[in-house]
Amino acid sequence: MTLHAEIRVARGEFDLSLDLTVEPGEVVALLGPNGAGKTTALRAISGLLPLGDGRIALDEEVWDEPPRTFRTPDRRPIGVVFQDYLLFDHLNCLENVAFGLRARGVDKHAARAEATRWLDTVGLSSYARSRPRSLSGGQAQRVALVRALATSPSLLLLDEPLAALDASTTLHVRAELGQHLDRFPGHTLLVTHDPLDAMVLADRLVIVEHGRVVQEGRPTEIARRPRTDYVAQLVGLNLYRGRASGNTVSLSEGGTITLAEPASGPVHVAFPPTAVSLYPEAPSGSPRNTWPATVTGIEQHAHTVRVRLTATPAGPTTLLADITPAAVADLHLSPGQPLHASLKATEIHTYPV
Amino acid sequence: MFRRTVLAALAATVALTLAGCGDDTPAASSPSDSPSAAASLSGTVNVFAAASLTESFTQIGKDFEAAHPGVKVTFNFAGSSALAQQINQGAPADVFASAAPKNMDQVTDKNSPTTFVTNTLEIAVPPGNPAKITGLKDFGDKSKKIALCAPQVPCGAASETVFKAAGGTPQPDSLEQDVKAALTKVSLGEVDASLVYKTDVQAAKGKVEGIEFPEASEAVNKYPIATLTKAPNADGAKAFVDYVLSDKGKAVLTAAGFATP
Amino acid sequence: MSRRSRSTIGRLPLVLLLPALLGLAFLLIPLVGLLAKAPWSTLPSRLFSTDVWDALRLSLLCATAATAMCMVLGIPLAWLLARAPIPGRGVIRALVTVPLVLPPVVGGVALLLVLGRRGLVGQHLDAWFGISLPFTTAGVIVAEAFVAMPFLVISVEGALRAADPRYEEAAATLGAGRWLTFRRVTLPSIAPGVVAGAVLCWARALGEFGATITFAGNFPGRTTTMPLAVYLALETDPDVAVVLSLVLLIVSVVVLASLRERWISGLR
Repeated sequence: MTLHAEIRVARGEFDLSLDLTVEPGEVVALLGPNGAGKTTALRAISGLLPLGDGRIALDEEVWDEPPRTFRTPDRRPIGVVFQDYLLFDHLNCLENVAFGLRARGVDKHAARAEATRWLDTVGLSSYARSRPRSLSGGQAQRVALVRALATSPSLLLLDEPLAALDASTTLHVRAELGQHLDRFPGHTLLVTHDPLDAMVLADRLVIVEHGRVVQEGRPTEIARRPRTDYVAQLVGLNLYRGRASGNTVSLSEGGTITLAEPASGPVHVAFPPTAVSLYPEAPSGSPRNTWPATVTGIEQHAHTVRVRLTATPAGPTTLLADITPAAVADLHLSPGQPLHASLKATEIHTYPV
Repeated sequence: MFRRTVLAALAATVALTLAGCGDDTPAASSPSDSPSAAASLSGTVNVFAAASLTESFTQIGKDFEAAHPGVKVTFNFAGSSALAQQINQGAPADVFASAAPKNMDQVTDKNSPTTFVTNTLEIAVPPGNPAKITGLKDFGDKSKKIALCAPQVPCGAASETVFKAAGGTPQPDSLEQDVKAALTKVSLGEVDASLVYKTDVQAAKGKVEGIEFPEASEAVNKYPIATLTKAPNADGAKAFVDYVLSDKGKAVLTAAGFATP
Repeated sequence: MSRRSRSTIGRLPLVLLLPALLGLAFLLIPLVGLLAKAPWSTLPSRLFSTDVWDALRLSLLCATAATAMCMVLGIPLAWLLARAPIPGRGVIRALVTVPLVLPPVVGGVALLLVLGRRGLVGQHLDAWFGISLPFTTAGVIVAEAFVAMPFLVISVEGALRAADPRYEEAAATLGAGRWLTFRRVTLPSIAPGVVAGAVLCWARALGEFGATITFAGNFPGRTTTMPLAVYLALETDPDVAVVLSLVLLIVSVVVLASLRERWISGLR
């Protein structure tokens, strides 16, 4: 049983055209910036938005194939966890979880028993009688998850399931969500703009930009070999395109980078910001891949400081460097300040375009 | 109900203000052929009259204005008891024409009233008289739809009197709040018969048919008219009452189905 | 909670407070007039006439039945106006308010023209089923519902427009069809709007006079509701009219205040 979706939706200026497959037991993350069409895709698959063209089918079971076939959401074996959960405030947690079962014809008693069991799996059986609005964000997220899972759907759809949580609970809830997804035997499609959620929770990533799939693959693969600036930024790598000839790559945006290992033809060049070092003066011995650079921005990250630079004309137009706070103090870093940036050739990764 | 009272109060206030302004306007010269021969009639005459006088008094008002250029007649047509209350609450009436002596009696500040017309009941039936009503005895037939005026209103009280005289008990389906409502039910064919005044049948000619009955003479309804002692326009009031009692006035009233004493 | 509300009142601008109090006074002054005019000494004896209780019982029964009728017909109509993709929605919405604009007596005549014995629909009802609405208690309910329904439709439509339709989507993804979603999700979420509409509707029906007396006539115990009794009492005995009005007022205030409390608290 494989979910096949060829989604074609046109809405005014925006048009979405993406093909997806999800295997049983697989968790696929649809990752992309806001407005890329991720949520539209999720709405199409769940039946909240009819396709303009294309086809959505779970094996032989066609859900949407305009103009002939359209199954309304209530007739699709799905479970959806919405971004802000959409728990029914007039029902308590138990009734929220039992709602899907009741809607699918399970009698009241059995539905409640089943819902209690589900609440138990997320440790919330003591909140059965509570109204959703009295729950914390993490608790509400878990109730929303078991409400979606309670009907044993073939396809679980999660729309930014962690976006509404504060940073301190996200970590814990994400780990717990991962465990539930591991146990879930059906197909899972996760929509998110957070690369960390996608990397941690998904078996496969589908990156969407401007309504199109730009890259698809296992998280490690994508983290190592980003193909667009957006993906590179997501995974925190410097990424350039250029033409390699021997140990030198001429970047398409100008400047050159020297490689440790030779390559040829059009390539992607990727390296982590930690591979870049900064010096107030040109380092002695003048190693390769050292360019005069200007600071354009400084961001504080958890334990490092990310410095945004421009190294034209000799090097890349934009360059990210991660340095320690101590180094920031030593260098008296400030925007506009001229420096020298040096890149370790051994940390450069090249792969064909 | 309160809404009605409040509205009436508001209307009264507005009328009072207007009447006050009217007093200040310079008098127009009054023609010499005026029947009351008043020296200088001017301003507005506020006439509070029973609803059943609507058509005939509107006509009389026009005639009166034509005879007295410079005088304006304004009417407040409503149920006699409502009018009596409005007058007692200080509404700026010059003349009160009631459909019953009882309501005239309720008004305290008035000059002595005169009966100017009488009205008698008639059976009203829809055109063609589909239920074959012939007389008061049909009103006791439960299979017929009957609307009567409520006993609280004058036409209802008169109806009670005629039924007492006829010796039967009517079986009404509805006790209407006024004679016009009873007439509406007949003209729409909702009821087979009702008891209304001759003048109402006359006014609704074509929409209802009238059937006279002998017991009607037991309940002759007298319409008294009087000027009010607190009339803002006493001269105008007197002139208007005189005009109603004149032959010209009587002619209009008789044409409407009233009898003159 | 009380501390918060006190500080809120403290900050109320005078420019709002003054007209607000004037408005309240304007609404209550007629009531004061009634209280002042009430014949207190003879009040008990006037109250214990069976006519009063008949009229009161009939008023409560008819207003409640009319409200029920308005809810059965009006909530779906509000839903249609708020959610369904129908052409000419604006025109339909304007037409819904017709009974508000129409003088009630005219409304009553209009009802007679349609549902009366000789009416467009009424003549068939009479001929085929022997049903005749005028001069019956059912006729009172119909007349009151006609006049009161816009209040319910307008407030329920407002509530529906304000409600988040994504909850209905969530219900659909859980397997609920349109009807189940409406019953179990939409309706509970707009309950405050429905309650507010029903209260307005009931109050309007309770005070209904013109359409009722025109369409259903006036017969004690069958169609004489309190407003009709008040009107007729005014013809002969204004004191009784005042007493009846007060009874109607007190009963409606008590019913509305207690029901509202229960409904609203039931929602929490």
